[in-house]
Amino acid sequence: MEFRSTLSKVRDRGLSTEGGSGHWWAERMTAIALVPLILWFVVSAISMVDADHATFVKWAGADGNPVLLILLIIAVYHHGQLALQVIIEDYIHHEVAHFTALIAVKLGAFFLAVFTIFSVAKLTLEG
Amino acid sequence: MASGNRPLSPHLQVYRPQLTSFLSIMHRITGVGLWAGALLMTYWISSATYGPEAFARAQWFLGSWFGRLVLLGLTAALYYHLANGVRHLAWDIGWGYEMNNLNASGLAVVIFTGVMTVLTFLAGYWVAGAL
Repeated sequence: MEFRSTLSKVRDRGLSTEGGSGHWWAERMTAIALVPLILWFVVSAISMVDADHATFVKWAGADGNPVLLILLIIAVYHHGQLALQVIIEDYIHHEVAHFTALIAVKLGAFFLAVFTIFSVAKLTLEG
Repeated sequence: MASGNRPLSPHLQVYRPQLTSFLSIMHRITGVGLWAGALLMTYWISSATYGPEAFARAQWFLGSWFGRLVLLGLTAALYYHLANGVRHLAWDIGWGYEMNNLNASGLAVVIFTGVMTVLTFLAGYWVAGAL
């Protein structure tokens, strides 16, 4: 089945001039990355149900765990802010509220990602 | 933006409730809900950087009845969003658009969510020595 319109019809209409296709791809790339990362994290979290501080710190710094945690954090917050952006664009039409929400979500997700990555680095390097 | 008393096209309430439309909006709702999961993940990991007492407090909260209730909801939301997200990725490459496939994959997502949530909590209780 051919889903695409002819080039003559789409020229100068609906072209992804504001980065729409980049957004679409990034949302899917982070989704694909999150499939194995999130499953690994769930299994890890289950194993930490009863963990004390020493056990947790040891796990966070062990082998490839810091790298997987940092990848997970990046993917979670990148995917989360891309998706919330779409929801804001769909439902919040008031201009001031629209841009306030977008900016808050984007900056908030960036802050949370950096803060969490820094926490992993601190646990790994300081023990 | 539209203004005045212009007529509106029929909205959601004129349609018969269907599995496909219900699962579709659930993807958004679980996605928004999972932001709480991300915040909880950040709280859990960062608490350990503030020392044993702070981490013990986080562990106590997550293990309390309220914490477990929150984790139950987040676990179900996570498995749902994960399975339905894979369903979306299949659609992105053009697979599974036939009506019988949509209903079958939707049902599979619901069953996966239920089974995995129960298994995850059983595993958690087993690790905690409560089984």
